[in-house]
Amino acid sequence: MNTVIHPDATTEKPALTQALLYLDGVSVAFDGFKAINDLSLFIRPGEMRAIIGPNGAGKTTMMDIITGKTRPDAGTVYFDGKHDLTKLDEASIADLGIGRKFQKPTVFESQTVADNILLALRGPRDAWSALFGERNAIAPHRIEEILDIVRLTHEQKRLAGDLSHGQKQWLEIGMLLAQDPKLLLVDEPVAGMTDSETEDTARLLKRIAKDHSVIVVEHDMSFVRALDTRVTCLHEGSVLAEGQIDDVSRNERVIEVYLGR
Amino acid sequence: MILSSLIRQGGSVHEIAARWFVIVLLAAIVLVPVLHLMVPEGSALHLPTYAVALLGKYICFAILAVALDLVWGYCGILSLGHGAFFALGGYAMGMYLMRQIGTRGVYANPILPDFMVFLNYKELPWFWHGFHSFPFAFFMILFVPGLLALVFGWLAFRSRVTGVYLSIITQALTYALLLAFFRNDMGLGGNNGLTDFKDILGFTVQAPGTRAVLCMLSLATLLGSFLFAQRLVNSTFGKVLIAIRDTESRTRFLGYRVENYKLTAFVVSAMMAGLAGALYVPQVGIINPSEFAPANSIEAVIWVAVGGRGTLVGAAVGAVVVNFLKTWFTTGLLAPYWLFALGALFIFVTLALPKGIIGALLERFGEKSSGLKGASMPVAPVSKAAE
Repeated sequence: MNTVIHPDATTEKPALTQALLYLDGVSVAFDGFKAINDLSLFIRPGEMRAIIGPNGAGKTTMMDIITGKTRPDAGTVYFDGKHDLTKLDEASIADLGIGRKFQKPTVFESQTVADNILLALRGPRDAWSALFGERNAIAPHRIEEILDIVRLTHEQKRLAGDLSHGQKQWLEIGMLLAQDPKLLLVDEPVAGMTDSETEDTARLLKRIAKDHSVIVVEHDMSFVRALDTRVTCLHEGSVLAEGQIDDVSRNERVIEVYLGR
Repeated sequence: MILSSLIRQGGSVHEIAARWFVIVLLAAIVLVPVLHLMVPEGSALHLPTYAVALLGKYICFAILAVALDLVWGYCGILSLGHGAFFALGGYAMGMYLMRQIGTRGVYANPILPDFMVFLNYKELPWFWHGFHSFPFAFFMILFVPGLLALVFGWLAFRSRVTGVYLSIITQALTYALLLAFFRNDMGLGGNNGLTDFKDILGFTVQAPGTRAVLCMLSLATLLGSFLFAQRLVNSTFGKVLIAIRDTESRTRFLGYRVENYKLTAFVVSAMMAGLAGALYVPQVGIINPSEFAPANSIEAVIWVAVGGRGTLVGAAVGAVVVNFLKTWFTTGLLAPYWLFALGALFIFVTLALPKGIIGALLERFGEKSSGLKGASMPVAPVSKAAE
């Protein structure tokens, strides 16, 4: 009911699927504990998907697999129909166009807000270009555009480490925007935010989702509701339920998992 | 004039510190030969030979410290084996100086250095060929340390060896080289190393003029290394290095090939260290395997920590200050206690001045002079260093 898979054998490098992100039968175990267990998930180009689930459901591990930090024991992970993510490292995967925002805001604390954006901006990332080339001559207006969107224009000279928690979250979203990836993985973007910040963040993500595919992992149900998008509930490393938020939250097994057995 | 434009006010505290550092070095380049060669010996302003030799030595250590700060302070690579690159540069220079001796050696062999005659070598080992030429030797001074750093770094960074594990294998690297160079059949003088140098580029090594010029060259090399390193760390390349130091995995997720950045910085740093070693050898008159001793590399780390990690100026200042203290300690009654004093100094700096002497000064004046807190180059806490 989600995505139709079209194996296309005519082209040289066949696109295996029309899904932007395609996970099938993925499993990974740490010391015998199955963090991800036969997980299958498809994200269409341009789709925004919210992922919910109790602690230990495998949400962060799933992100680790997509971004190349963790190698799955079994299963296939394809990006854009042709790139096997299980065979690539973090830098190559980032290069393909997958950006990630971490659960704990991870910015470069000892550098300025503007430099954080500068480092993230899309463009060449080799050492030569950072020394003598394009990366060392990035136009300030590109940084300012991003800072304007995440409302950090007035903080651009401050050290990222001096920002408030909510501002750090926004800076990291700004870094994602600067990367301009095809797929954004956003892990708990509103953790520790005030209600009004949460609302603003939901609005910002919806705006980003207009021209990017986004996966948002979140605990905050009111935030997920505000996103108004398709929801996948994970439990013990596999998909428990999928659909609109109201359907998912009425699902008996979801209630059981969330409220405890 | 250059000087007046250098003194011109403005800029962040880091820029001001860097400017003053450049001024002091330029002044020293002029003053050393003047005070040593032109001021008569009786005068209070005369710089005696031993002082020129000592200063030259300190400056070579300062170059090593700047090289180490580049990788440790900015990229988080705590190398406990940087003395190896210094010693390799020194050996390359030593080989050139040995070939210059010619028939003036004890055995008067025009080709073979004395130790080879003594050890019954029939001909020059293959790797000694070419070292009679200074341009070749100069190339090797940069090439050998650079190549070792490239191979070692490629293996280590590609396998993501970081933190304390990396420090331990750098230590093992210099120790392995120490043992190798001790062997007589390495063809590099074994235990005694290379010594009895006569002249360099046709000038007598011991002559006051040569000493003054070597000291000036060391100062100029320190200046050049400093400006080069500063250029690196102020570019976007330097920002990526700091990003790697602070959050390596985050940098990877942005798409940076962390290992290539580390490798570039490591190779540049090793070449700088090699240059320092090459300047050191003609000034002290000997190079032997003890330069590979792990303790030397650890001492270099202490210079950087004392002066201020991640400031470049601090690394150079730390090297000079600690070595001045070392000379002062080890030439008096306190000689047996030097290592205790060094250890105490390290503990004191770690506890009381975690950003080092220069780091602490910069922080203090940085807050005073401008309301823009942290508008300039930041320094990560030293406690993060070994992680």
